[in-house]
Amino acid sequence: MVDLKGKYVAIIGDRDGIPGPAIEECLKDTGAIIGFSTTECFV
Amino acid sequence: MDMENQTRVLELVEKHGKENVVVILGGAEAEASGLAAETVTTGDPTFAGPLTGVQLELPVYHIFELKDIIPEDVWEEQISMMEMVLDVDAIIKEVATYRERIGG
Repeated sequence: MVDLKGKYVAIIGDRDGIPGPAIEECLKDTGAIIGFSTTECFV
Repeated sequence: MDMENQTRVLELVEKHGKENVVVILGGAEAEASGLAAETVTTGDPTFAGPLTGVQLELPVYHIFELKDIIPEDVWEEQISMMEMVLDVDAIIKEVATYRERIGG
């Protein structure tokens, strides 16, 4: 199991997949520190 | 991965050390997710961005791989819809390929 506690996470979301804010929401209880969060658009 | 995000990953590593940084992807396709995973492990494969030739070897996961550590209700609300429409197995397989290359 992945342990994100105390880790700085770089979130690279995707507008057509899972956007950054949704991933941020998921990581709230994992102890991860959000380094940055973004949502790319590949179109 | 676009140039700006490559720069941000690099800055995060320089600030906190690569042993403290994890990259989480939300890509819709296996190919694009694989390219992003490659960029933060062995360097930018397009030779266009600041991570060209930079082997950060960061642990990288697609959010689909982290289902076990995310509360079920949050997963339902944020991820489950896209989990139904995207090719989860192909995406996970592609991202894991690059992680395995660096021994992760």
